[in-house]
Amino acid sequence: MTSILPETSTTFRGLDYYDMDDLLTEEEIMVRDMTRNFVSEHVMPVIEEAYENAEFPRHLIKLVADLGLLGPTLPEEYGCAGMGPIAYGLICQELERGDSGLRSFVSVQGSLVMWPIFAYGSEEQKRRWLPEMAAGRAIGCFGLTEPDHGSDPGGMETRAKRDGDDWIVNGAKMWITNGTIADVALVWAMTDDGVQGFLLEKGMDGFTAPEQKRKFSLRASVTSELVMDHVRVPDANRLPGVKGLKGPLSCLSQARFGIAWGVTGAAMACYDEALNYTKGRVQFGKPLASFQLIQAKLAEMVSEITKSQLVQWRLGKLKEAGKIRPQHVSLAKRNNVHQALKIARTARDMLGANGITAEYQCMRHMCNLESVYTYEGTHSIHTLILGQDVTGIAAYS
Amino acid sequence: MKIMVCVKRVPATDSRIKIAADGTSLDTTSIEWIVSPYDEFALEQALQIKDADADTEVVIVSLAPAAATKELRTCLAMGADSAIHIKDDQANTRDAFTTASALADAIRDAGADLILCGKMAVDHDQGQVGTLLAYKLDLPCVTEVRDLKIDGNEVIAERAGGGGTKETYAVPLPAVLTVTKGDKEPRYANLKGIMKAKKKPIEELEAAAGADHMTVKVMELPPERPAGRIVGEGVDAVSEVMRLLREEAKVL
Repeated sequence: MTSILPETSTTFRGLDYYDMDDLLTEEEIMVRDMTRNFVSEHVMPVIEEAYENAEFPRHLIKLVADLGLLGPTLPEEYGCAGMGPIAYGLICQELERGDSGLRSFVSVQGSLVMWPIFAYGSEEQKRRWLPEMAAGRAIGCFGLTEPDHGSDPGGMETRAKRDGDDWIVNGAKMWITNGTIADVALVWAMTDDGVQGFLLEKGMDGFTAPEQKRKFSLRASVTSELVMDHVRVPDANRLPGVKGLKGPLSCLSQARFGIAWGVTGAAMACYDEALNYTKGRVQFGKPLASFQLIQAKLAEMVSEITKSQLVQWRLGKLKEAGKIRPQHVSLAKRNNVHQALKIARTARDMLGANGITAEYQCMRHMCNLESVYTYEGTHSIHTLILGQDVTGIAAYS
Repeated sequence: MKIMVCVKRVPATDSRIKIAADGTSLDTTSIEWIVSPYDEFALEQALQIKDADADTEVVIVSLAPAAATKELRTCLAMGADSAIHIKDDQANTRDAFTTASALADAIRDAGADLILCGKMAVDHDQGQVGTLLAYKLDLPCVTEVRDLKIDGNEVIAERAGGGGTKETYAVPLPAVLTVTKGDKEPRYANLKGIMKAKKKPIEELEAAAGADHMTVKVMELPPERPAGRIVGEGVDAVSEVMRLLREEAKVL
């Protein structure tokens, strides 16, 4: 919808210094513009207050579902849109232009829960969960990280033991986006047969998901612990299609792809804000934007955003062609998050004291990106993945 | 029921307008194009009739440059069934009379029970095409319709009259209505709609090579906004500010 009359204009014009739109299809541009308008009209008016109050704006779930943004690349037969990876990336970019918390919700729902159910689930699991999740009627979360095992998921302590037709799951997960509000949790647990994925349902005996409060980052997003105390899970809830760490790691590759695009949206929002602010703010009798130090910062932002846009677009093309490797995704996640965080910090600096207030977006983005820098593979871990890829020597084993 | 919705591609409403070197047209480099918002209101009215009656067919018709298909696809993604693209690379500088002629020819050939237009395109803000189209097609016309519904062989159209009155008309079909903002918010083109739109037909017509009936002599930007002025200080200034708001700015 583009029905913005001049008096209510809330349009956002993303930086496109290299005419990247020429590389997109008409359909991809339509998806991008639709998501962009949605964020302007429905996210921007509510996000600051939600962030301050540490509340996920749950009314947005139905709206993003109606637009088709949950699991958009999965096939139509499961209630999804069957979009390509670049359209998915653009959706993430535009949502994160609003807030990393909203993009995180969509990443977890689509890439970390719907995708593995689609890729590794039984037909019955797919029929039961995917249409409900696409419609936003069921919320999912993904449990891999544990209190004592972050970058080293192979050390997980959560165990699932076979008991007749069921499994008994014990353990704890931490830093789980959507945990408290989830209807289904994809929990990865060690079995005698290696790591396997189990669909734990809200209300199962012994399964609780308390919210983790007092965050300075991703405040408009629900973060939780998952506590499993002798939870009895039917074998029908086990994902039959994958065993071993490649299961959860392949999910992370899907989600990191979206993150690489998403953070560029946050960077574009910060650049836009810094540009407008410094053009309007007058000091020493002239606009801040006329000073060389400011221009140098803007030039650096434009350069890095443009490079990130090219990286993410190429990553999308590799994914389309089936040539993508997890290391390709690591490079894009590592680079784009790092640059977005630097841009958010620089924007905060350029806005001076105003930059620390809730009147402006840059500090909210900056604080969010500190989480994104750490989650889904820390910056350091992606560095070592690339290091291993080019030397053939793993630094962490 | 077959509803034709006439749409125009216009510069996004927050575009920074620049005049081209010829001094008579817009500089369209780096312009982002959208469907004119009033046309979206018209389309939403048509789609709500279709939502309630599956036999209703909604057809988009637009005079637009050959390469400009994104706006047509957007309308199809919102839910229209098909589109007629009258290709004209000069579409944006065509005068209203020529535009209405081209639309009327296409609508006459395709046939329609109801023709909806936005009350105006938000580029030149002239608001002529809808009424000229009714004239060309020899059909009755109601302008600036806020809401409408079909009742048998009539369309019931509601509009704001002078002095805040509400006027409700019954018009025999076929008819032409121009639509303004009402309570029906245009829907988003969601992902499923965008995927479906890829398979929906766009019929391409060549615009008849008719000459414009008018030419633009000069196009100028408005004068720079004058600097603010201080009319007094404290409470003493209130009456003067009120007077200026009433008499000069005419906003009260």
